[in-house]
Formats: sequence, C-alpha cells, structure tokens
Amino acid sequence: MKTSLLPTIAHRLALLGYIVFALFPLFWLLKVSVTPNDLLYSEGVRMWPSRTTWEHYSFVLQHSAFPTFFKNSLIVSGSTAIIVTICASLSGYALSRFNFRAKYWIVGLMLLTQMFPLVMLVAPIFKILTPLGLTNSLTGLIVVYTAFNVPFATFLMQSFFDGIPKDLEEAAMIDGATKFTAFREIILPLTLPGIAATLGFVFTAAWSELLFALMLINGNNAATFPVGLLTFVSKFSVDFGQMMAAGVLALIPAALFFLLIQRYLVQGLTAGAVKG
Amino acid sequence: MASIDIQNVKKAYGHVQVLHDIDLQIKDGEFVVLVGPSGCGKSTLLRMIAGLEGVTGGEMRIDGKRVNELHPKDRDIAMVFQSYALYPHMNVAGNMSYSLKLRKTAKEKIASAVASAASKLGLDPLLDRRPRALSGGQRQRVAMGRAIVRQPKAFLFDEPLSNLDARLREQMRAEIKKMHGDLKATSIYVTHDQIEAMTLADRIVAMHGGVVQQVGAPLELYDRPANIFVAGFIGSPGMNFLEATYHAGGVTLKDGTVIALPAPLALADGAKVTVGIRPEHVVMGGEGIGMVAGVDLVEPTGFGIILHLSLHGLAFKVFTLDRAALSAGPTVRVAFSPQHLHVFDGQGNRCVPSS
Repeated sequence: MKTSLLPTIAHRLALLGYIVFALFPLFWLLKVSVTPNDLLYSEGVRMWPSRTTWEHYSFVLQHSAFPTFFKNSLIVSGSTAIIVTICASLSGYALSRFNFRAKYWIVGLMLLTQMFPLVMLVAPIFKILTPLGLTNSLTGLIVVYTAFNVPFATFLMQSFFDGIPKDLEEAAMIDGATKFTAFREIILPLTLPGIAATLGFVFTAAWSELLFALMLINGNNAATFPVGLLTFVSKFSVDFGQMMAAGVLALIPAALFFLLIQRYLVQGLTAGAVKG
Repeated sequence: MASIDIQNVKKAYGHVQVLHDIDLQIKDGEFVVLVGPSGCGKSTLLRMIAGLEGVTGGEMRIDGKRVNELHPKDRDIAMVFQSYALYPHMNVAGNMSYSLKLRKTAKEKIASAVASAASKLGLDPLLDRRPRALSGGQRQRVAMGRAIVRQPKAFLFDEPLSNLDARLREQMRAEIKKMHGDLKATSIYVTHDQIEAMTLADRIVAMHGGVVQQVGAPLELYDRPANIFVAGFIGSPGMNFLEATYHAGGVTLKDGTVIALPAPLALADGAKVTVGIRPEHVVMGGEGIGMVAGVDLVEPTGFGIILHLSLHGLAFKVFTLDRAALSAGPTVRVAFSPQHLHVFDGQGNRCVPSS
C-alpha cells in the first residue's frame, strides 16, 4: 500500500509542534541557567545569550546547601517510590485476584482519601506528626508521601494485574506452584512494566512535592529540593541564574530514572501469552 | 494414571446453583468428553476436577483419594487451556520444564523429558523461542507439551482447539486422539463442538443447565439420545422435531400422516409426543410418497446438500447426497422410515418400547 506523503508530513509537523511546546520551558530553564547575571536583564528576549557561563552551576554545587537538598530529595523520593510500589503491588494483586468481603469498602475508602484537597490535611497531619517527632525529618515526609500515594498506585497496579490473564496463574498452580510461587515467578515478571510505571510515577510525585515539604520541614538540614529552590528567593531579589541551575541539576535524577525504566515501560511483555 | 470418581457433586455461586448432583465415574485410561452449549457447566466441572474451583457439595476422588480440599498443585493433573496460558517470559523449553522444575526434578531428567515431548510434538526447532514468536498451532502444541512432559494422573482439556482455524483443528484433533492412544492417559476433554466429542471420546457426557443429560459411547448418543436436548445437540445439521400424537402402533403427525412404529411404546393412547428425525435419515420421496414441504433454502456443502424446508409451518432440514436436490422445485416430498424415528414424551424424554 502506498501512503501519501502529505498526511505523514502533517502528522510529523503536529508532533514536532507539540514537542516544541512541551519542551520550551525546559529549554528556557537551561538558557537562563547559563546566562551570566549581567546579561539576564540587559539583552532583552533572546533565544540564546551572547555569552554563556557555568558560574551558576559551580556556585550551586559549591557554595549553597543544594547538595544537601538533593541528597534529601533522593532519599525521600527513592524510599517513597520503593515502599509504595511494594505495598501497591501486593494490594493491587489482592484487589485484582481475590474476592473478599470488605473489598468494596476498602476500595471505597481508598477512593475517599483521594477526594480531599491536600491543603485541608496539612494542619491535622502536622498535629499528628509533631508529638511523634516526625516533623522536620525525612522519615516523616516518607510516611506522609507513602500514605498519599499508596491508594492511587494500588489502582494503577491493579489495572496492570487485571491485564494479565488469570489462566497463567492457574496453569502455574496446576504445574505445581503455590499461589505465592505463581505470583512471584509468573505474574511479577510480567508486571515489570507496571512496576516501572508505578515507581516512576511515585518517584516524580515525591520529587516535586512542595506543600508538605514546606509545611513539615524548616531549616536546610531536612529540606528537599523543591523547598530548597525557594532559598534562592530572597526578600529583595530572586537569583534566577542559580535557581535555574539548581533546577537543571534536579532534572538529572528524574531523567536518569526514566531512562532506566523506559525499557519496561515500552515492552509489551504479555504478548504471546494467550491467543493474540 | 488414575480413575476419577465424581459423586453427587454440586457447585453454587451464592444462591445460584450451576451444577446439580453430578455423578460420573471415569475409568483409568478412559477418554471422556464433556459436551454441551455455553453455560452448561462443563468448564466449571473440569475446573473443579483441576482444583481451580471449590466443590460446594458431594465428593471428588482421584485414584480413590478424596481431593475436595486439595490444592491444584497436589492433585498431579495436567491441564491444557483454551487460551494456551503459556508463560510469555519463558521460552518453549522453559514453559515445558516449569512443572518439573517446581518438583525439583534432576536437570538431566528434565532435559530428556522435554526432548522426548518436543520430538513427539515436532517442537524440537522451536525450543528456544518465546511464545509470542509462535503461531497459534505451535502455541497449542507447546501447551500440549507442557501437559505431557510429566506423567500426570490425568489430562484435562478445556476447549483446547477452539482458537484454531478449521484445518488445524482437524489436524490437532487427530493428534490428540493418537496421543491418547500412545499414552493411554485418563483424559477429560471439554468442548462445545459435537464433532470433537464424537471423534475423540470413549464416552461422551452431554450436559445442559448444570445437569448431566446422558452418558454413553458416541454412537449410543447418536442412535439413542436419552432426551430431546441430546437428540438436538448431537448430530449436524441438528435433528428435526415434529409434534405428534401417539396411538397404539404408531404416531399421527399434525397433518394427519400416520407413521407406524416397529414396536409399541410405553405410552398411553392419545399422548402428546415429539418425534425426531435426523436430516440424513429423511428420504426425498417421489410422486405420491410422504409429505409435501416447501423449499426455503438450498445449501450445497460439496459433500452433500442441506435443504432447509418448511413442513407444517416448521423448519425442517434434509441432508442428502443426491445432487438432483440442487435443482429442487418450490416443493419437495419427504418421507422417513419408522426405524429412524425417535419418539420423546411430553417431558422430552426418550420413549422406550413397552415390554
């Protein structure tokens, strides 16, 4: 079949337009991060500064608390992503495969947690965490993030498990596997794309969370990176160059993370399991 | 290999009972086919034997041992699924050896078992492939290989051929039959396809509405169906049914045609009955013989011709090998001999001759 050229070109152009639109803010981040301070306001709107510099990066890395923020964020987001994914895999599997009496109510309750605007919950959570000594601590943040991400991640994982034919586990059980062996050796390997997606989703959600981090943390020691970015805003000025440099650096782990898991995100592992 | 005893087995989901008091004794090495329309409970019964569904009531024994509460893994049975259910992340060899690995069989033993199963099924060149790189027929073979690689007590087949195209289905059907001849393994085979049932079975179990309608050898079900359901289900094209009244010595059809029966039946005079006649037993009559029927449709199958008629306003089918039927006029004359007539009483059960 001969495809005509025009629709293909139009299709590619539309995609290109969207990519430019979506990536432009990132480009601007990069551009400002390498623009020397003296050119920032003097050159007008230009796509690229006439002179570039790495001084913002070196300042951020050597003279600011950014490395601490970065490390904190990595700990919080990484731990949250792992804990949430483990919990969500188990509960998602249960919701997908088992019928139990309270299932309806548990799902309802989990949906309920997603209904409240987080702002409403900041005060009560602060009240709960203070006596436990969990404010101003990374552990506190991990607990809160985990609690808020588990329901959605559970639904996400459930839909991935739903996509795996039940026949596979039954075949495994008839082959001589216990329910748990079937889960571990047959279902889990097939859910890797789902697990990768959940990890990625939770990681980025925790990585960019500002509200709770701002409310529960004061001081630089336990601050995560979004809170840390605000230190570049002082009473009288905003240090855009350093802020953008920090932003670019903060993008790196998220980008690396997705690079690592993208293999699983795109892989259609279940192909060929059943008639297709 | 083993015998399977099913005694008074029931299955209910909540208040809905889907299987009613199933009694079935399957002998060692026997090939039993459960056949029936969708929703008749045949797959549920198979899954209960496998242990994938719980037993609500009654008792199930494999080799004399009660298995009601036994986990599927401890029943030592193999099952071929309609969807094949191959493990997509394992290659063909991995799929076939998984059950042996779980049983901690020695590596050399696994290798030889897989090799012999693979050569039996012509899978040798495919052992390294993943299921997604196989055609439907090859996947089906792998599913069979996975079952025969260990010597289980029984093979269960859940509509294993229904995802294949017609030609492949025919070929695999013959292979399954051959394999059963070689292995002499107790097999239970679920299908809605009565051709598969007729060709494969030592005994057929016809099911409808969660109740066993008849158990018997294929030709027994064809020749002496126990009730209208079995009569209509077994045979293709399906049996024709006509309303009639019984009187000593014969039946009278609606239009007044009287057909004498070879032997009197255990029925009262004037009882309403249904008579059945298979399309292949109907004779196209010449002038003056039989009844006049209108021709609705002529279907040549190549081998023979199916005529769709209307007789007394009812659909009536005739299967004939006579090509002259292709040029049948608007009406034909049909007749049938009494020994091919099946008579069913008001409840739809087969009427037996009075002794």
